[in-house]
Amino acid sequence: MEPILNIKNLTMKFGGLTALNSVDIAIKKGEIAALIGPNGAGKTTLFNCITGIYEPTEGDVQITPPGKPTDSLNGLKPNIVTERGLARTFQNIRLFHGMTVLENVMIGRHCRLKSGILGAMFKPKSQKLEEQQAVADSYEILEKIGLEQFVNEMAINLPYGAQRRLEIARALATNPFLLLLDEPAAGMNPQETKELDDLIIWLRDNENVSILLIEHDMKLVMSLSDNIHVVDYGKKIAEGTALEIKNNPIVIKAYLGDESEDA
Amino acid sequence: MITKNEIKQSFFLSMWAIILTFPLMVIKVNTIKNIVIFRWWNILYVAIGAFVASLLWNYLLRRKEEGAKKDTKDSIPIVHRLLQNQKFRLPFLATIGVIALVYPFVTPMYHTSIMISALVYVILGLGLNIVVGLAGLLDLGYVFFYAIGAYAYALLNLHFGISFWIVLPLSALLGALFGTLLGYPVLRLRGDYLAIVTLGFGEIIRIVLENWVEFSNGPRGIRNIPGPDSFGIELTQHQSVIYIYFIIIAVCLITIFFVQRLENSRIGRAWIAMRDDEIACQAMGIDKTKTKLTAFALGATWAGLAGVIFAAKTSYINPMSFTIWESITILCVVVIGGMGSAVGVIAGALVLILLPEYLRAVAEYRMLVFGALQVVVMVFKPEGLIEAVRKTYKYKKIKE
Ligand SMILES: Nc1ncnc2c1ncn2[C@@H]1O[C@H](COP(=O)(O)OP(=O)(O)O)[C@@H](O)[C@H]1O
Ligand SMILES: [Mg+2]
Repeated sequence: MEPILNIKNLTMKFGGLTALNSVDIAIKKGEIAALIGPNGAGKTTLFNCITGIYEPTEGDVQITPPGKPTDSLNGLKPNIVTERGLARTFQNIRLFHGMTVLENVMIGRHCRLKSGILGAMFKPKSQKLEEQQAVADSYEILEKIGLEQFVNEMAINLPYGAQRRLEIARALATNPFLLLLDEPAAGMNPQETKELDDLIIWLRDNENVSILLIEHDMKLVMSLSDNIHVVDYGKKIAEGTALEIKNNPIVIKAYLGDESEDA
Repeated sequence: MITKNEIKQSFFLSMWAIILTFPLMVIKVNTIKNIVIFRWWNILYVAIGAFVASLLWNYLLRRKEEGAKKDTKDSIPIVHRLLQNQKFRLPFLATIGVIALVYPFVTPMYHTSIMISALVYVILGLGLNIVVGLAGLLDLGYVFFYAIGAYAYALLNLHFGISFWIVLPLSALLGALFGTLLGYPVLRLRGDYLAIVTLGFGEIIRIVLENWVEFSNGPRGIRNIPGPDSFGIELTQHQSVIYIYFIIIAVCLITIFFVQRLENSRIGRAWIAMRDDEIACQAMGIDKTKTKLTAFALGATWAGLAGVIFAAKTSYINPMSFTIWESITILCVVVIGGMGSAVGVIAGALVLILLPEYLRAVAEYRMLVFGALQVVVMVFKPEGLIEAVRKTYKYKKIKE
């Protein structure tokens, strides 16, 4: 079967710095894949290249949404990429602070709704129904993610862990077939991390989404991932199951090297 | 309560103020007799004034910090609490309605006329609030669209005798059109850059109007613009002021109605998302280009309307009515009233426009007072007089 996301030969240069160096990654349907690597390896840059926030210097990003033909994402704007069914969260939380929790999720629904200016001003029946449906759908998503008690709170007033979950809820609201999570457990306590672990598996099993996540919490990565991709200095150095990666000498060297630099 | 340190700081500040204002407040040159007069007493006033102001400033800052430490989550402004409470909502609105209704009949014409000016700013403020308050695009050239509306009515009426009632909706469309046109070139700009470029556009329209004499009659302006068409009924001067008053009340209500709907619609949410985080908003599937253009267009619409009413009310317009200061006044209305808050903007317009009219002392130093107010608001209440409150939703399950 075609991979749902196929990254081929992706290179991203910032002036003299090669943040990504011909990276190939393929994600299969229904998979939870992890992208790991030391800080500054280029993981976030890869997400930005896939989602159209950066335009890669070279390479192809192809998607094959379930039940649809293969399609290229090269050169598309971020909002079009999202329309095609890829949704992401951010390493440094980027919620809309001036809105309530529910409205944040409703922003996720935006690209699946139609109502325009005249619809907003004159509120015909179709628009009213659409709006009601959007509220209902968004509320349902909040229930699934376990944030329903915060519906009408301002997003900025949420506790940290809840803000991270809200980012996932918002991404889920765009109806993606692939979720890209950038360090979703960063800053969470062990209890919150455990809940996140359950949530990610639940999403894959019940919401029909595949997941690619960047994560530093190795315990979480090892327990969740079907497949792990390792990058270091912009190059992909390994791929495999948790067990394979754990025992891969190249990976160990990359991480130990990283640690000895820190020390 | 007041610490020693604060007193010391205020003392030095007042010394500094004395030195700073010495040439202005103390020295006075009489050029006729060629003598210099020293007004030493003024030192005392400056010193005491600066000292007290500084103490007050410190005191208020401290109070604000103490207030922030407490839980301020449910500090919803009183107006919003009145509006949200089912029991008070209707009486509250009814009271305002009755006051608005009897106002022109119980007050002299002069007051009605001033109120009309203030209400023009309510419309302008609500329009600019879409661009600045909701979409977060700092537009310093808003007067552009105001001028378009005013000149559209003046010229169309002068040359073709087209009625107020036809130009009014037309000017809304013209505003939207020019909003889109102006939006295109500035799409890639944000923040300070956007402010500078829009400021330029605002000045361009004034310069064009001043110099394209065949088109706009240049600096002499256009005279004898008729008031709103009253369908053949003869009105005295007082009656026609009342007539315009009710027209503008109606247009205000329409503006409030539509702006409120827009704010809580799919489009309005996209504006706020773009304001809060441009990258995240695109990543959530929102088309940035479209969102910016709709904000510019729908903001400009109301300025077009306001321009027509302004021209009909004053019966005389010239390019000097549309300077950068006009844009800044409208911006002050939005920022001081409360960015993104319709209720705040309405209150802001009434306070900022009515105050200088009634307090002549304020009128002379209008821009100085606005500037000072702006600083005070930014420091003590950055969300404005009446802060924005988002709509809350009740969840109803929809049957499949
Ligand atoms: N917009 C940018 N401009 C210049 N350099 C960048 C930019 N974004 C990322 N980089 C660089 O690319 C490298 C990879 O960064 P990043 O993808 O954020 O790493 P991480 O794997 O920790 O997410 C870093 O050296 C970073 O400084
Ligand atoms: Mg990163």
